[in-house]
Amino acid sequence: MRTTKAKNAIKTSWKRKVFMICNLFFLSLISLICILPLVHVLALSFSSSFAASSGKVGIWPVDATLESYKYVLQNTAFWHAFVVTLKRLALAVPLTLFIVFITAYPMAKSSQKFKGRQFYTYFLLIPMLFGGGLVPEYMTFMKYGLINNIWVLVLPGLVPIFSVILLMNFFRDLPVEMEEAASIDGAGPLTSLFRVVLPLATPAVATIALFCIVGHWNSWFDGILYMNHPKNYPMQSFLQKAITTYDTKTLTAKDMTLMRLISDQTTRAAQIFVATLPVLMVYPFLQKHFTKGLVMGSVKG
Amino acid sequence: MKQRQAHISHKRLNRYVLKTQLTYHGLMLPACVILILFSYVPMFGIIMAFQDFTPTAGIFGSRFVGFDNFVRLFTLDNIQQVMFNTLYISILKIILGLVVPIFFALLLNEVRNRFFVRSVQTIVYLPYFLSWVILAGVFIEILSPSNGMVNNILGIFGIDPVFFLGDKEWFPNVIIITDTWKSFGFGTIVYLAALTSIDPSLYEAAEVDGASYFQQMFHITLPGISSIVVLMTVLSIGGILDAGFDQIYNLYNPIVYETGDILDTFVYRLGIKDMLFSLSTAVSLIKSIISFVLIVISYRLAYRLTEYKIF
Repeated sequence: MRTTKAKNAIKTSWKRKVFMICNLFFLSLISLICILPLVHVLALSFSSSFAASSGKVGIWPVDATLESYKYVLQNTAFWHAFVVTLKRLALAVPLTLFIVFITAYPMAKSSQKFKGRQFYTYFLLIPMLFGGGLVPEYMTFMKYGLINNIWVLVLPGLVPIFSVILLMNFFRDLPVEMEEAASIDGAGPLTSLFRVVLPLATPAVATIALFCIVGHWNSWFDGILYMNHPKNYPMQSFLQKAITTYDTKTLTAKDMTLMRLISDQTTRAAQIFVATLPVLMVYPFLQKHFTKGLVMGSVKG
Repeated sequence: MKQRQAHISHKRLNRYVLKTQLTYHGLMLPACVILILFSYVPMFGIIMAFQDFTPTAGIFGSRFVGFDNFVRLFTLDNIQQVMFNTLYISILKIILGLVVPIFFALLLNEVRNRFFVRSVQTIVYLPYFLSWVILAGVFIEILSPSNGMVNNILGIFGIDPVFFLGDKEWFPNVIIITDTWKSFGFGTIVYLAALTSIDPSLYEAAEVDGASYFQQMFHITLPGISSIVVLMTVLSIGGILDAGFDQIYNLYNPIVYETGDILDTFVYRLGIKDMLFSLSTAVSLIKSIISFVLIVISYRLAYRLTEYKIF
């Protein structure tokens, strides 16, 4: 009896070991599949154009050179697009955070404490569920005179509803006593909002700031749609034209001759990597904070 | 005297309450103004779907044509194909986006080495944060038929190069696979969080009772994550008509329109490239209405099944 049990234990542990080895192997393989394409492009960006076009480059640079990076960093159009993106971030991030913050605060109050909350709930939710569509939006923003204006990349996205919900839920979990104490000491709602609630909300606001930064960094379609001139393109819109299409309008004659010298395979790789670098830099923070907004973020309408 | 004091403080209280209410409304004002200008006003542009809209005449000057645009829409021969592509791509994305992360999270949950788990998580989650512009660049590179990495590897096994992004048969599948590649890390983290929150004493009890590994799986693990699975599934149904504009726009080309064109890319080409404003708006409107109904139903369902409430 005892021996069979022991045998069973040995048998299961042996089975388990085989399973674990296969499992670790499989998980590592999938991780490799996730990271290899990116490593390959990184290797390409450091390789000579000849090695790249002959398909010799795997995951390590061949004939290592910085030529493509030199070309990308000397490209004024690239820098220009980079500056547009920075401007966009500088305008959008503080404004978005401010609006999300002041909107989430009253919304976190119960309907008894904030008369009219129900109305605002519907008012905020409807745009999430229903939209005018591409053409009506374009026509409206054109009427506002926003075409070719940097504000068109900023204003329509100032009320990200999921960030509002995230912060609202955060406010609800704060202890009520803090605000009550403040109001007994004579603080009005504004004082308690900025003096009591804001310092407590820094981690949540930081999370939302990260969403906002990555969102604006990655968005490209609005740039292409609302900017008629490539010189107004933010980074990702510029890259969209440079990487996925061969648009001769964005290239000058000088660029064309340079293009012939340096294969655009390696140049594109270098551009991809330069544009990814900032995301890689904030990635550790993103990963840490993102878990908080997970369920919220996954509900994108 | 006492009564008067009470009266004053009552008045003061009233004033305080009023001031608070006004402040709350004031705080809501900026968001409301932004939403009115940039979300609600464009909604009126839907009128275009019922007009023969020309930019020179504008919304107020264009001729009303009733449902003509909708009738014309259903006579377009590619609308059925576009609708089919949208549903095909998006339903397969939903299914893979459900099965792959759950499977992956279950396997990852078996590993006891925390460093390994965290490294895998970090790696598979990374592509989620990169834009489709960047990833399209990456995929065009590695899927290239002349010297792309994938075809080089296939070449080792003696398989002829495949033009993945230029082949009608391959294109939708490439779209589904690359989307799963990008976003399964996100799902994995969600399900892993649910798995780790299952009470370990349940497994110990099951062990004592002699439950096998698979019995534990079906009676503890899967029921433990069922509510989050239901929630994620139900909520993804609302987006069933969004087959992924960002991804497809950056990867497709006229050769694969037949199998790769989805509603959103169709609306874009119709409205912006071909300047068929009214027709494009009509497609948007149909899509909006169907999505609206689906989202409302799915949120209701999510609330019924998991008590999840969005607002």
